[in-house]
Amino acid sequence: MSMYLNTIVVLFTGIGWIFFLGATVGILRFPDFYTRMHAAGKGDTLSTMMILFGFAAYQLHHPDLASLLVAFKIVFIAVLIFITGPTATHAIMDAGYGSKIDHWGTRDGSVSHCLIKEDERS
Amino acid sequence: MENYFVLLGTALILLMFLTLVRVVKGPTAIDRLIGVNVIGTKSTLLILIIGASLGRIDMFIDIALAYALLNFMVSLATARFFQRNRSAGMIEKEEVEL
Amino acid sequence: MFGFMTFLLMFGLWITMSGKFDLFHLALGVISSAIVAMISGDLLFQDRQKGFGYRLLQAGRFVQYAVWLVAQIIYANMYVLKLALTTKKMDQVLDPYIFSFKPHLKTPFAQFVLANSITLTPGTVTIRIEDGVFLVHAITGPAAGDLEDSDVINGMERRVAAVFEPEILHQIEAGK
Repeated sequence: MSMYLNTIVVLFTGIGWIFFLGATVGILRFPDFYTRMHAAGKGDTLSTMMILFGFAAYQLHHPDLASLLVAFKIVFIAVLIFITGPTATHAIMDAGYGSKIDHWGTRDGSVSHCLIKEDERS
Repeated sequence: MENYFVLLGTALILLMFLTLVRVVKGPTAIDRLIGVNVIGTKSTLLILIIGASLGRIDMFIDIALAYALLNFMVSLATARFFQRNRSAGMIEKEEVEL
Repeated sequence: MFGFMTFLLMFGLWITMSGKFDLFHLALGVISSAIVAMISGDLLFQDRQKGFGYRLLQAGRFVQYAVWLVAQIIYANMYVLKLALTTKKMDQVLDPYIFSFKPHLKTPFAQFVLANSITLTPGTVTIRIEDGVFLVHAITGPAAGDLEDSDVINGMERRVAAVFEPEILHQIEAGK
């Protein structure tokens, strides 16, 4: 029983670490602000949630009331990250777009319509 | 199992230092903000790992919860601050002191 | 009724956070939850017309939606991992692209859920919502093309509408 639980904990935290690796490499390698935000927004949310679920599974080793409460709190943090992660991503993305950060792109004219809109507003 | 948590924490710190490279390099202020946000989220996990390896996770969980909330606030406030600041999007030039 | 539900939620939160079950702490919890429910009880549930059973049904549908969303997040992360760890140069892999669309959803909360879902699904991030128009950044060309042909976004919008605004479902079907 304990063996299986340890396997689950290692599996969840390991997969979470691999996704965090992807997010980190993405943040370092991607060419502009918007694409970096892709890596940060997605990888950060899921990897944090996976590692938190691993911790919640670790609490089930001694299934008494205190451990269950701690596991419940960890799941609560995971739900919180699930809601706040994309929201923070959205806020930072909006700030970057509002301060007119240059857009990296390989195709022509892909940005034009939104930049015109931005100019009309200001 | 405690040894595994120490290993996991070390691996997380390694990746957080890699993210810190982006915070140092920039080039814009909002690029730095991305790195700070990711490092803050992972600090929550680091607090939990410290708790698990000391065997007192019931004490550290409240700190982690408060830290997760605080990190969200910091991201929102900083993003709102830079939204009004048009110069945040400029690529910062290194000023060479002679 | 809604004040009492707020009280129950707050009291459940108190019990989880405190973890103590003696009379003193429970009494403190009852008092503070009652104060919170009395002062800010009208903040939590905005639409008062719908009944209690409808709320439960909505919660069930939302859980169903969240399960679908988690699968999408895992897929999105594998996609980011693939893009980040590729050995090719970045301008061969990435083809970023910004487009805008206007969903049929009306309430701000449904729009918020749709924006978060777009952020978490593969290859797209919401930049800004302005007067109900979504501005979306897509990371690769083909994915953006799919989205602009509105299959993926339409499907997601239909899922969000099924949870929060079932009365506009026929509009989405007609618009497609």
